[in-house]
Amino acid sequence: MQCDSSVASLQVISPSFVQQHACEERFTQPGREEFTGAGLLLLIVLVLLQGSVLPLGATSSPDTTHNVDNRQVKEEKYNYTKKAFPVLTLDYHHIQAPFEISLWILLASLMKLGEYHVNVTHALVPPDTSSVRHCARELPVDHRGSSRGGAHQTSWRRSPPVLDSRLFFLCLLPPIILDAGYFLPIRPFMENLGTILMFAVVGTLWNAFFIGGLLYAVCQIQPANPSILHKIELLPCLLFGSIISAVDPVAVLAVFEEIHINELLHILVFGESLLNDAVTVVLYHLFEEYSGAGTVTVLDCFLGIISFLVVAIGGVLVGVIYGLLAAFTSRFTSHVRVIEPLFVFVYAYMAYLSAEVFHLSGIMALIACGATMRPYVEANISHKSHTTVKYFLKMWSSVSETLIFIFLGVATVDGPHHWNWTFVTVTVLLCGWLTYVINKFRIVKLTTKDQFIIAYGGLRGAIAFSLGFLLDKKLFPMRDMFLTAIITVVFFTVFVQGMTIQPLVELLAVKKKQEAKRTINEEIHTQFLDHLLTGIEDICGHYGHHHWKDKLNRFNKKYVKKCLIAGERSKEPQLIAFYHKMEFKQAIEMPKKPPPAKPAEKAEKAPSQLPKGREEEIRKILRSNLQRTRLRLRSYNRHTLVADPFEDGFGDLLIKKQKMIELEKKIKDMNNYLTVPAAPPDSPTMCRARLSSDPQSYRAKPESDSVPTIQVDLASPQSPDSVNVMDEFRRAGQQRGGGRGEEDQGLMMRPHKTGEGADGKDPQKLTRCLSDPGPSADEEEDQPFLP
Amino acid sequence: MGASQTRAEHQYQDLADKTGFSFEQIKNLYQRFQQLSGNEETISRANLNSIPALANNPIRKQIIGAFFDKRNQHQDEVGSCDQIGFEQFLMVMSHFRPPNLRTTDEEKEAMRKEKLRFLFNMHDSDNDGTITLAEYRKVVEELLSKSGEIGQETAKAIADAAMLEVASINVPNMGPEEFYEGITFEHFEEILKGLEMESRMHIRFLDVDTSTMRCGKSQS
Repeated sequence: MQCDSSVASLQVISPSFVQQHACEERFTQPGREEFTGAGLLLLIVLVLLQGSVLPLGATSSPDTTHNVDNRQVKEEKYNYTKKAFPVLTLDYHHIQAPFEISLWILLASLMKLGEYHVNVTHALVPPDTSSVRHCARELPVDHRGSSRGGAHQTSWRRSPPVLDSRLFFLCLLPPIILDAGYFLPIRPFMENLGTILMFAVVGTLWNAFFIGGLLYAVCQIQPANPSILHKIELLPCLLFGSIISAVDPVAVLAVFEEIHINELLHILVFGESLLNDAVTVVLYHLFEEYSGAGTVTVLDCFLGIISFLVVAIGGVLVGVIYGLLAAFTSRFTSHVRVIEPLFVFVYAYMAYLSAEVFHLSGIMALIACGATMRPYVEANISHKSHTTVKYFLKMWSSVSETLIFIFLGVATVDGPHHWNWTFVTVTVLLCGWLTYVINKFRIVKLTTKDQFIIAYGGLRGAIAFSLGFLLDKKLFPMRDMFLTAIITVVFFTVFVQGMTIQPLVELLAVKKKQEAKRTINEEIHTQFLDHLLTGIEDICGHYGHHHWKDKLNRFNKKYVKKCLIAGERSKEPQLIAFYHKMEFKQAIEMPKKPPPAKPAEKAEKAPSQLPKGREEEIRKILRSNLQRTRLRLRSYNRHTLVADPFEDGFGDLLIKKQKMIELEKKIKDMNNYLTVPAAPPDSPTMCRARLSSDPQSYRAKPESDSVPTIQVDLASPQSPDSVNVMDEFRRAGQQRGGGRGEEDQGLMMRPHKTGEGADGKDPQKLTRCLSDPGPSADEEEDQPFLP
Repeated sequence: MGASQTRAEHQYQDLADKTGFSFEQIKNLYQRFQQLSGNEETISRANLNSIPALANNPIRKQIIGAFFDKRNQHQDEVGSCDQIGFEQFLMVMSHFRPPNLRTTDEEKEAMRKEKLRFLFNMHDSDNDGTITLAEYRKVVEELLSKSGEIGQETAKAIADAAMLEVASINVPNMGPEEFYEGITFEHFEEILKGLEMESRMHIRFLDVDTSTMRCGKSQS
């Protein structure tokens, strides 16, 4: 029958499948739903056959030769020479571009995998250099690959393996910069902004002119043999100087993240690398424009300065506008949480592109956008979205970075080169120093060691190379030589400086990053200091740094936050936000199953242990808490972004929410408990006196809610596990012989969970609170920082 | 004129030695002092209270109190006074000088201790040498005082948590029987070790000419 033959000639996807669907609707019975899949397929085939009779066949595109019905072919094309039906075809062209892109990305990621396994044994190589090493190793593969030929080779020739500048600037660079900008530590950045700007602007300018000028001079003094160098004019040299003088954020990020240098130096070098983009853009365009003309007048210089201001400030402005837009949008996303991360990415990318439209500094726009939107967006989006944003940014920037370095490696071997010893050596020697002038203006001076590290950390990278690659060969006949020199410099800085900076840091005993946790005391005192210094400045009548910062903060609190942050959180002071964050982390990391409940033989010990007990418990919670906070605060380092064990595998939202509510209640309870006026107000401890005066307050509290979820027990009297708590720190107390080792044991002692809330009513449960009014019955419906 | 000049210089020299300010800075601060005091010899709390810019500061009372606190005069006296002269004013200000390249490590350490001592005195209002829980609570409450009533409950929780943290850091082997009296100066130093006070707690006096700045009295 028709059906049989059509089944035999079953086709695959058809562009006119949609139309088939349409006619399927027409032809099939309403009871179609009850057909099985096979039946549906049969039906489709039937329709296909029937469709061929109708004029529908005329609308299908002519080159779907696979999908045209055999009968139709037979009917309409009599002189069509029928060949054997191709069962399997190879159509590489169709998917070539995405396939190659995916292949590259896959290669990059596999390399990253490999490099970590390798690095276990060779632990001193910073990852990015090892990726460059990998590309050195990969290159033979490439050549073999290209000799294997076929479609791969033709594509190789067609799109050169060296970094396509457009690809670089539009696709590979933005993720890295956005990652850097979004997780930029604002406080140290702002505090050192003066120095950073000085390095970025003045330092880069100086470097550019110095290097360019000196290179020109060196080229000119080439004795006797008229070499190719004499032909280089001043302007191309200056252009080269401007390209090569800029410290590269990609390379800096890659190397500095590994060496854990102290915050100040890190932010100086890193900030400088970000902000010198504006200078680079202006200088590059300036010299490029005028190297055709050959001369640069004073007017041009003046215009250049104005252009610089426009580029820099314009870039930042564009970024801030988009950042505020993103923040505002995130205010309303409480019902569509899934697309929240998308807003972050898309707004930031559009900021970059918009800035590039006007030849403004795209990097600065991206940084400004990320830094601006972060506090507001983080207050608005859900925890999961936050995690998504973080992981996506890390993922993209990681892949980008690896790809960039792979391309660099490929370009090294495969690109057009023109080696010239003089040029290259002089360039390499000149790169990267001159910081002592800047030191005069700093309040907290940099030591010589610090200056040296800053200079040493001035790495050049792929941006320089791409800019060089963009040069027009007609205007710059020396382009190949430039490229060679740039690559050499990049390799030198990345390899030599990158690999040796770590031992150098050790050798010079430069202060390393403090591994200390951000404690709540520090937070309190940081805020206290801010206010104190502002106050002193006001008393002095001196409108300094703190005064304006304070004004900005107040403006922010009064107007901006109300506008951009949804709900209750707009009024939350920073200290409270910090505290809530800590507690939230604590709530998340609660283990899900309770350890076996110990009998209440400790009950009699309880009264004396109680006040300290609870303190201990809270203390240990806080300590473990703060370790987690530290993990989180540190996680902007891409290379140490190990799987934060408490980020994945959350329970469902309800449990979390429940925990948070419980936690809030417990804190309230604790506070109530603490404010019982029985104790003299100066009593430093919780309630030792009170409780010892009334030891008979054992009371089994009823389960507060019927939700069979994990309960957080901070200090709750009604928790059946309060006894466990006792037991735990009794154990901990025994183990606490050795001093600070108990830090880890603090983690052991976590408030425990009941499995399904039914473990419950241990009659010897203690209550530690006399006046606890019990948990409040109402749930707080909008926990602002939970979805 | 000449005689008063040398006398003023002589005074300044004294002050410069004691506080470490330069002549320029002392002159500027003197002008500011005159502004605040209405050209009198001493200033009182009311003078400082009337600075409009301070009105928004949550810890205003503590700051003003610190000026009148005798402990900050480094003369081993305790208590507080009602009026302070220029010298005392300068002594308090000297706590906020930044270190420079020439300060040695010992000097930096001494500076840090001094600044921390200043902070400690601000917290320890009853001058018993420790910051008790109540005092610390008060600190946190003041900090959050501008944020309305949502601050109250959490302020207590925060203060408690902070106190426990201090205890855990400083007395790790504290048994369940003991209780933590209060933060002593050594413990205070310990917990704020990470903040690098000597470089954070300063303002840029430089050679600021305060007479050109609008006086706090006429306008903020």
